[in-house]
Amino acid sequence: MLTVESLPDRVNSNEPLVRRGRYVSASMLLELGSASYIVRIRDGRIESVEPKPAVMPVWTFTLRAPREEWDQFFAHRPKPGAHDIMALMRRRVLTVEGDLHPFIANLQYFKDVLATLRDQEGAQ
Amino acid sequence: MSAEIEPITGRYLRLTLGGIEQRVYVEEAGSGIPLLCLHTAGADGRQYRHLLNDPAVTDKFRVITFDMPWHGKSSPGPDWRNTEYQLTAETYSALIFAVVDALDLDRPALMGCSIGGRIVLKLARETPERFRALIGLQSGPHVAPYYSREYLHRPDVHGGELCAALMSGLIGPDVPAADRDETLWYYAQSGPGVFKGDLHYYKDEGDLDADLAAIDVTKCPLYFLTGEYDYSCMPEDTLYLEKMIPGTKAVIMKGLGHFPMSEDHDLFMTYLRPVLDTIESAAREAAPR
Repeated sequence: MLTVESLPDRVNSNEPLVRRGRYVSASMLLELGSASYIVRIRDGRIESVEPKPAVMPVWTFTLRAPREEWDQFFAHRPKPGAHDIMALMRRRVLTVEGDLHPFIANLQYFKDVLATLRDQEGAQ
Repeated sequence: MSAEIEPITGRYLRLTLGGIEQRVYVEEAGSGIPLLCLHTAGADGRQYRHLLNDPAVTDKFRVITFDMPWHGKSSPGPDWRNTEYQLTAETYSALIFAVVDALDLDRPALMGCSIGGRIVLKLARETPERFRALIGLQSGPHVAPYYSREYLHRPDVHGGELCAALMSGLIGPDVPAADRDETLWYYAQSGPGVFKGDLHYYKDEGDLDADLAAIDVTKCPLYFLTGEYDYSCMPEDTLYLEKMIPGTKAVIMKGLGHFPMSEDHDLFMTYLRPVLDTIESAAREAAPR
């Protein structure tokens, strides 16, 4: 299983990444197939990662892709076309929706946050 | 003096384009067969700095690149603050011929990347007699939009940061870090709305199958080289060109992305060298003995 819950440790200890996101305060709904997590970010630090609540969930924007696409994206050495979230968008397998301003204005930050889940034991 | 001085010469051309006098920055190095190089959307001629500095190329080729108006060190259009810049196939090809004519280039070889790789299709179709060879890097017939371009030019999003972030995944994962960083810096430096304006040509104007079928490569050889990590012009897009244009071959470059010439020159040369050798031997055979 992917260790999305490890995001706070992976991001908050990464000083340049937190600095890159220092103006980011938003909630990202990550949908990995049937699993959904709300990632709450404040000033570039990951405050919490929790399963999407069944009742009255609140978030800013969503990234949604089939589980197998995420598994390829999080691989230690992703193949061409699975190596970047924009590549997934280009292939129409990743959907981005909601209030996209924080996502687009801080695109490199969000790319890098997701990339911290890559390699090591990321895709077990 | 210990500092190394590169063999590149930079000058400004005064060109009248669409009735407007424009100041266009041109760099060149070497002598021999003219090889004119076209940069990608939202970037500038620095993308070819490794080629301009490679004696194995400049010994036989006069390598020339220029910054399109609005890009790099070239001037923007007049009244730029009240103008929405938009590149079209017509203005782009007119610019190329204005530079070719101003520099008095005799049937140059022309190599373009991305939008430059797209325009070679039009040049191959309409004016093959003006060139001795055309090289398309990251060439495809069209790109369907996959993100909203409105974000590229609005005051509450930093255009340079966004352009660099959009491009960051279009580079091979194992290229030298310094070259990756510099490639992205060119994008971070582009002026407001310039990348967006270039994409008008790249995404709103495509080449139809009938356009591709009208290309006759016996009039001018046409080469395609595409990096495998490119998801803007994907390898399958170039392979489609190969299928639609008889006599062409699409070479997919391992380990490279959308910017082969600035990502990893040495790796790129393993693919470009055979093309340059073919151009050179054709010139030698054609020369009077």
